[in-house]
Amino acid sequence: MDAPPDNPAAVIDVVGLVKHFGRTRVLNELSLSVAAGEVHGFLGPNGAGKTTTLRILLGLLRSDGGSIRLLGGDPWRDAVDLHRRLAYVPGDVALWPTLTGGEVIDLLGRLRGGLDPHRRAALIERFELDPTMKGRAYSKGNRQKVALVAALASDVELLLLDEPTSGLDPLMEAQFREYIKEVRGDGRTVLLSSHILAEVEALCDRVSIIRDGAVVESGTLTQLRHLSRTTISADLTTVPAGLADLPGVHDLVTEGQRITASVETGGMAGLMAALGAGGVTALTSAPPTLEELFLRHYQKTRP
Amino acid sequence: MSGELAGTAGLVRLALRRDRVLIPAWVALFVAMSGFSASATVGLYPDQASRIEAANTINSTASVVALYGPIYDPSSLGALSITKMTAMYAAFMSILMVMLVVRHSRAEEETGRLELVGAGVVGRAAPLVAALLVVGGASCVLGLLSGVALMAAGLPVAGSLIFGAGWAATGLCFAAVAAVAAQLAGGGRAANGIGFTVIALAYLARAIGDLAEAGPGWLSWLSPIGWNQQVRAYAGDRWSVLLLPLAATAVLVPVAFALRGRRDLGSGLMPDRPGPGAGRLGSPLGLAWRLQRPLLIAWTSGSVVLAFMMGSIAHNVAGLLDSPAVAKFVRQLGGAQGLTDAFLAAELGLMGTIIAAYGISAITRLRTEESAGRAEAVLAAATPRLRWVASHALIALAGVAWLLLVAGLATGLGHGLAVGDPGQVLRITVAALARIPAAWLMVALVFAVWGLWPRATAFGWGAYAVFIVIGEFGQLWGLPRWAMDTSPFARSPVLPGPEADLSGLVWLTAIAAGLLACGSAAFRRRDLAG
Repeated sequence: MDAPPDNPAAVIDVVGLVKHFGRTRVLNELSLSVAAGEVHGFLGPNGAGKTTTLRILLGLLRSDGGSIRLLGGDPWRDAVDLHRRLAYVPGDVALWPTLTGGEVIDLLGRLRGGLDPHRRAALIERFELDPTMKGRAYSKGNRQKVALVAALASDVELLLLDEPTSGLDPLMEAQFREYIKEVRGDGRTVLLSSHILAEVEALCDRVSIIRDGAVVESGTLTQLRHLSRTTISADLTTVPAGLADLPGVHDLVTEGQRITASVETGGMAGLMAALGAGGVTALTSAPPTLEELFLRHYQKTRP
Repeated sequence: MSGELAGTAGLVRLALRRDRVLIPAWVALFVAMSGFSASATVGLYPDQASRIEAANTINSTASVVALYGPIYDPSSLGALSITKMTAMYAAFMSILMVMLVVRHSRAEEETGRLELVGAGVVGRAAPLVAALLVVGGASCVLGLLSGVALMAAGLPVAGSLIFGAGWAATGLCFAAVAAVAAQLAGGGRAANGIGFTVIALAYLARAIGDLAEAGPGWLSWLSPIGWNQQVRAYAGDRWSVLLLPLAATAVLVPVAFALRGRRDLGSGLMPDRPGPGAGRLGSPLGLAWRLQRPLLIAWTSGSVVLAFMMGSIAHNVAGLLDSPAVAKFVRQLGGAQGLTDAFLAAELGLMGTIIAAYGISAITRLRTEESAGRAEAVLAAATPRLRWVASHALIALAGVAWLLLVAGLATGLGHGLAVGDPGQVLRITVAALARIPAAWLMVALVFAVWGLWPRATAFGWGAYAVFIVIGEFGQLWGLPRWAMDTSPFARSPVLPGPEADLSGLVWLTAIAAGLLACGSAAFRRRDLAG
């Protein structure tokens, strides 16, 4: 192993993770830190390396470089011991065609060292799952529910969830959110890979954004918002010259007396002063949404 | 009606693209076997007298007739050349055609890929039509080229053409059987199972029919494989018999489409019944056993029937002890001394080779589980990699041993009942057990390939096919000894027999163990591969 991890208290501590598939470098010195008891959002465009990262954390794939600590252990070497303390929901759930959902839930639970029968029953009721159906008869959403019940019914410290709500209807999605909130209340740790921003905003304490195999932003939602830009539009009596040259002002559009621009948090004061000098008659300010934040990062993938 | 067929051309192109290596390779294998066998036979039996003697020997030997069918014209060089091809290799070819039809119809539904395709401008009937066109085309090309290969080897034109037409018609007929099976079954695996069962029954029916002097000869006429023999290439060239498989095809194909219209995409005609809402499975071995059990049960019943039949006809050769030609032929089959023993040894060798196929399909379950993503679910729980691997490997290896045990018992029982000597049971069972290490080596070889190069696992079947061809044709083609010895099946001691060399058992087991260790070590170090 390379450098020692810098945060021994973290549940997941990944530094400089590298993974190649043939000649393609899918993880490019990725670093990720998840503290105990937090719900951590893991976001990124398709093909950014989210699932690969999760599979390395599970010891299903082997890393080609970097240091990884998971629950204080090495995910490749200590896979079996670590897996007793975590549960995983894959993004694409494959079930055995001839086993019923209930059998799969019990099998995966026992393989992990047992599950809580009360919690199992409660979850099946909550997700309205029919556990007597054969694996091949389930729809995508129902396969997802089987994997969710199997993972959530066991008493583990860490949940690794790879787009766990894909295929669930909105009601079930709401049930899932409720449950994750309870999980957080119990002090358990969750790494949640997701595309659904509302879900991340509602659940996650901290977020890491991954692009091209590396984490490009990481922090609390408030911190990330600060990194983003506010959209300002204003009606002015006279449009002052040199607005576009102000620090932190981007995408300035002038239509007669009306301007719109996006402003970095640090450039806000300067722009306000300039607009005030131009005689503001109307002003709207739209705070950065998480969506804009992600779009800004996602779009950078295009050359 | 045109709407039902929309998109067929595109699906045919898709199937040909997916099988651009598989189909040509298999066609080439069958064509090459036809051509080589014919030219080798021409060389082996240069004059009329030697041919008649060989053919009469075969015809008077019940076990050989049961295996390959009789030779209808002992004076015909062509009829002698195609001994192994009219029944046994027609059955192998039919297995291929069934697998192809299911692969392009039912199996596609299961993976959900057909749903993707079906949402496009594709008629409901198009996927099955496309599968049948591709497989029918493959059958015709295979038959035609095989006929040409026989002609090239110097056999008469008319006989070669009707031989090829017979293979093509048999292929078509079993493609139609598979099309019906694909509608009845709950999934691709089960559809293949139904298709293979029909082939096995057809083969068995004609074996019994061919054996009966004055008994149920009509059984051969119930079997598509029997029809292929009754075409009698180079021995009368009865073109009209070809109408039987073609008529069967013409009946079965509309049945398949009618059944297709009565079920939904992805489901069989029988709806899935609900199962238990809770399960007792709790270990990788338990899971593997649950998944593998149906296959082993099917193989057990098939092996018992086949082995019992073989055992009960083996003593028939004893009456022919005085013919020197029989002795020569028997030695060619791999026997050593004592004609009955030699036949039993040859038959147990065949059982060992066939049962190795069970071992391969059981061990390749590892690959299926891995590529479907189900291994991920097991390994993401607290399952050590080796424990998961060992669960399937144990069932494959123990399953092979179990099948050879019951095959040996059934052969011994059949033979013991026929000759009234209960002592045969033990002797023949022990002889059957001696075939276990070779089959293990085959399983271990496929396992090692999977461990090292998971995406190349299917090539294990290719190696198996090569070993079979070497074993079946090596002597006829005059392959050098070392080439014949590359096949593990050639290294098993020839039992029952007086001078069996048991050292092979040690080597086979040691190499198998080495390959298992190698495959396990490779799998422990590698990524799971999709």
